[in-house]
Amino acid sequence: MENLILSLDRWIHLLSGITWIGLLYYFNFVQVPAMAAAAADKGGPGPAAISKYVAPRALLWFRWAAVVTWLSGAVYLHSAGVYSLHGAFTLGIGQHNLALTTIGMGAWLGTIMIFNVWVLIWPNQKKILGLVMATDEEKARARRVAFLASRTNTMLSIPMLMFMGAAAHGLPY
Amino acid sequence: MNPLETISGTIIAGVVLTIILAYLIYLIAG
Repeated sequence: MENLILSLDRWIHLLSGITWIGLLYYFNFVQVPAMAAAAADKGGPGPAAISKYVAPRALLWFRWAAVVTWLSGAVYLHSAGVYSLHGAFTLGIGQHNLALTTIGMGAWLGTIMIFNVWVLIWPNQKKILGLVMATDEEKARARRVAFLASRTNTMLSIPMLMFMGAAAHGLPY
Repeated sequence: MNPLETISGTIIAGVVLTIILAYLIYLIAG
């Protein structure tokens, strides 16, 4: 029974993680360049449709997928016999356990990333999308902070995925 | 220039960070 619950939890972690990081890559590789192109295309339809119909839906799935990913990951670290929550977040220092140090590095990167989502990206996106009141100056600053936090998460996702996978399958050395 | 301004810079920074952190893991647990 415990194996079944752990397997389901790991499955949920992978599904929600793909939803989260997939949307993160959508924002960075597709939406940001598309908004810039739409704003520059004076005769075109403009970026309004993206910000009104696409971005709010993408952000909804993005931020809640981040929560499900983090929580299901924490449950797994706590419950799977080979790991422990405390051991992972202390990077298995002194335990000479490569899998624990590796998953811990992934867990720390994922934790920094969910912080960026809820503390830097989402509150600033609310200003950009007009869900909360903001002056043009505040919106310009919000755009910059949200952009850099999103790009930081894209960068952090690269080692995060390496170490999440490597915990179970080994590092290249 | 901030590497995060461009997609290619972001990916290169991510790969460099991966190598640095992998070395750190090697030092801690290797």
